[in-house]
Amino acid sequence: MFDGFDPVTLARAQFAFTMSFHIVFPAFSIGLASYLATLEALWLWTGRSVYLDLFKYWLKIFAIGFGMGVVSGIVMSYQFGTNWSAYADKTGPVIGPLMAYEVMTAFFLEAGFLGVMLFGLERVGPKLHFLATLMVAIGTLISAFWILSANSWMQTPTGYALNADGQFVPADWYKVIFNPSFPYRLVHMVLAAYLTTAFAVGGVGAWHLLRDPHQAGSRVMFSMAMWMATLVAPIQILAGDQHGLNTLAHQPTKIMAMEGHFESHPDGAPLILFGLPDEKAGRMDYAVEIPKFGSLILQHNPDAPMKGLDTVPRQDWPPVFIPFWSFRIMVGMGLLMFALGLFSAWERWRGRLYQSRLLHVLAILMAPAGFIAVLAGWITTETGRQPFTVYGLLRTAESASPLAAPAVGCSLIAFAIVYFTVFTVGVVYMLRLMAHPPHPGEPGVPRDIPARAAGITPAIESVVP
Amino acid sequence: MSATIDLTTVWAFIIAFAVFVYVVMDGFDLGLGILFPLFPAKEDRDTITNTVAPVWDGNETWLVLGGGGLMAAFPLAYAVLMPALYTPMIAMLVGLIFRGVAFEFRWRTTAQRNRWDIAFAGGSWLAALAQGIALGAILQGVHVEGRQYAGGWWDWLTPFSILTGVSLVVGYALLGSTWLVLKTEDRLRDRAYGLSWWLLLAMLVAIVAVSLATPLLSIHYSQRWFAWPNIIATAPVPVAVVAVTVLLLGSLAKRQDTRPFFLTLALFALSYAGLGISMYPYIVPQSITIWQAAAPRDSQLFLLVGVSFLIPLILIYTGWSYWVFRGKVKAGAGYH
Ligand code: HDD
Ligand code: HEM
Ligand code: HEM
Repeated sequence: MFDGFDPVTLARAQFAFTMSFHIVFPAFSIGLASYLATLEALWLWTGRSVYLDLFKYWLKIFAIGFGMGVVSGIVMSYQFGTNWSAYADKTGPVIGPLMAYEVMTAFFLEAGFLGVMLFGLERVGPKLHFLATLMVAIGTLISAFWILSANSWMQTPTGYALNADGQFVPADWYKVIFNPSFPYRLVHMVLAAYLTTAFAVGGVGAWHLLRDPHQAGSRVMFSMAMWMATLVAPIQILAGDQHGLNTLAHQPTKIMAMEGHFESHPDGAPLILFGLPDEKAGRMDYAVEIPKFGSLILQHNPDAPMKGLDTVPRQDWPPVFIPFWSFRIMVGMGLLMFALGLFSAWERWRGRLYQSRLLHVLAILMAPAGFIAVLAGWITTETGRQPFTVYGLLRTAESASPLAAPAVGCSLIAFAIVYFTVFTVGVVYMLRLMAHPPHPGEPGVPRDIPARAAGITPAIESVVP
Repeated sequence: MSATIDLTTVWAFIIAFAVFVYVVMDGFDLGLGILFPLFPAKEDRDTITNTVAPVWDGNETWLVLGGGGLMAAFPLAYAVLMPALYTPMIAMLVGLIFRGVAFEFRWRTTAQRNRWDIAFAGGSWLAALAQGIALGAILQGVHVEGRQYAGGWWDWLTPFSILTGVSLVVGYALLGSTWLVLKTEDRLRDRAYGLSWWLLLAMLVAIVAVSLATPLLSIHYSQRWFAWPNIIATAPVPVAVVAVTVLLLGSLAKRQDTRPFFLTLALFALSYAGLGISMYPYIVPQSITIWQAAAPRDSQLFLLVGVSFLIPLILIYTGWSYWVFRGKVKAGAGYH
């Protein structure tokens, strides 16, 4: 059935597919965990019940998203062995410890405190419960730290040596972990997760404000989300700009693909806004460009020369069409977020934050913006690294498992069917929860039975028949 | 040189420990799913999932540590075994997806026949069977050339691997039923007691069958177990199995709620020790020893630093979480 297919292509498709599903959930979990910790802190500090209601409201949604993040993440961690075994053998000594540290410092922390966070409020009391929420939130951030370090090392490898078996071995752990692109990627990704969550929360708040502008919970969440948009979107754009400069220094071919620079520009490169890359011919069709602006942005000098893909051997070219367009989608989302942040600040200043229907409609439309930008960003990053898994050192074709196409193809189909059915239903469940406004006395995660098991509080026990 | 050898052996024990903790912790979670079809009533199913809802994620994380630790400390073994176990691994992952999401999803639908209950049971069966098959496939050995797996994607399928697959399902079910004895009351506990008898019987049959079949796989295993003087060291294992079984039967008869679960853990520990005796020092039986697969000293040492204080810390807060949710879970209480 899969004769004529290339197993490596199938494995790449599988990685891209499973990863794209996975990252949607972490982006939301990272942001939401911090948001929940903030809400609970505000509740403990001010004693206002609206914060507790919001906490319980989003906790139910968090529980579903987190569960999907966990199961899709386990697939990822085993995929290095199943589909990319040559890669695992060669980079295991360097990447493996980073991922193992992620498990020990992050995953266990999240999982160990998750139960208390979801079901334990009555059992342990507010203070300890807040500690649990905080631990889960910190866990998600630590997780981002390690996995982004591992991924960044594949983009900009440093601190390694090669041994006789062709393995990468650690030479300097500090340089491995804090490789050149890691700080930029960490900042950019964590901000991305926060923005993603802010826009999702903001969209839900706006949706309910359209029905009832006086609903207390909707007001609070909308206001909080719009503060994030106003403040964090511009920071993210700055961070993205710095990230791009760093990429230019360390992965020039990726920038060439992102910018669509097939040709070198010895005296100042244009900024190609849009165009249709023709990779075979090595040319940009229908280009709409601003002269010299590309050099200005990337080198801060309009006349700085920039090399194009014509200086790179063909077999080292990354795909151009995908990163060129995915990059534009991400930047477009960033600019729209920035615009919405400004507009909300304006309406807030005019005292119309909860009344402006236009703002609410726009916020609803922008609710998925973060997810789109995150996916587009990762697709840029990963496709732009091609044709290598470890940039410049290990080719993707040499990373794959010694498997025939039918094996990889069948597992790809299995994952496709399972992911589409399971995760679609999960997202529908999340949307259904969001369709109800948060109300006073919001119930927590259902089946709080564990919180009322025997032998803890006689008072509660005696109520239970 | 000797330091390297020690470090590698230490790592072999760490990985073995992580896998063992996974097997028993997720074992009882999966066991509950395996037993699900026998408890058709909704209240019972709610109570059953509630006994593990707060802890299942932590239990499953040991699997990620086992995999991640293997890649870090024994990359060659990870790279050879995963493609060799391709089909069972994918099946296990798919099973774990269905089982994992069902914990939340089953509360989100009010349909009479909750399809996420089917997903929970089916996912648990699939994951348990796949893990058992993977174990058998490792024991029977895989075809290695150079630094790569060189077999096909159905090589794992043999009567032996099916036997280990079914055995693990039985073992997990016993862990699940004794867990229910520990955590539930009344009718549910009575059912669990009844089931535990049968499952213990089945588990003993499975242990005997696997113990007899393993030495037949290869002369290496039979020498390991039966050759003089090894037998002095190996003989206590079956003796201990008999002793634990007697205790377990006694505690089931006397209906001591807590003991059966812990004695079942002991039974698992003994079977696992038996496995270790068979395999050591190979990590891919008869092809790759732990030293051949070992990551460089720097990698193992770097990770060992973390392991030595993080694992105890993890055990402490995991223990706390179990402590918070200690005690019997009441049926039908408290959800709206
Ligand atoms: C920037 C963040 C980020 C990125 C790039 C990734 N993950 Fe992830 N992952 C998380 C952030 C995260 C998280 C926030 O920690 C999750 C997501 C939601 C969740 O429940 O925990 C998680 C869950 C999660 C789990 C389940 C953990 C558990 O059992 O509790 C595993 C095994 C992985 N991931 C593995 C991976 C692998 C192998 C990746 C790359 C190939 C990867 N993740 C990319
Ligand atoms: C979190 C977001 C991520 C997304 C959305 C993502 C997306 C992708 C995509 C789209 C590809 C296919 C590229 C292509 O073949 O053209 C890919 C490949 C790959 N990525 Fe990522 N990735 C992410 C993170 C990671 C991380 C953290 C790692 C490792 C630590 C990683 C390792 C790989 C590997 C090994 C491949 C396979 C080889 C290849 O095709 O490049 N990825 N990823
Ligand atoms: C508008 C301004 C933005 C700029 C200039 C920008 C710039 C960049 C660049 C250059 C990369 C690729 C880096 C590399 O592969 O080496 C990147 C990746 C990425 N971007 Fe953006 N970005 C912007 C907005 C956003 C927004 C709004 C989000 C999400 C909310 C986002 C999320 C991501 C993600 C998840 C990645 C992949 C991970 C990484 O490499 O950091 N970006 N961005």
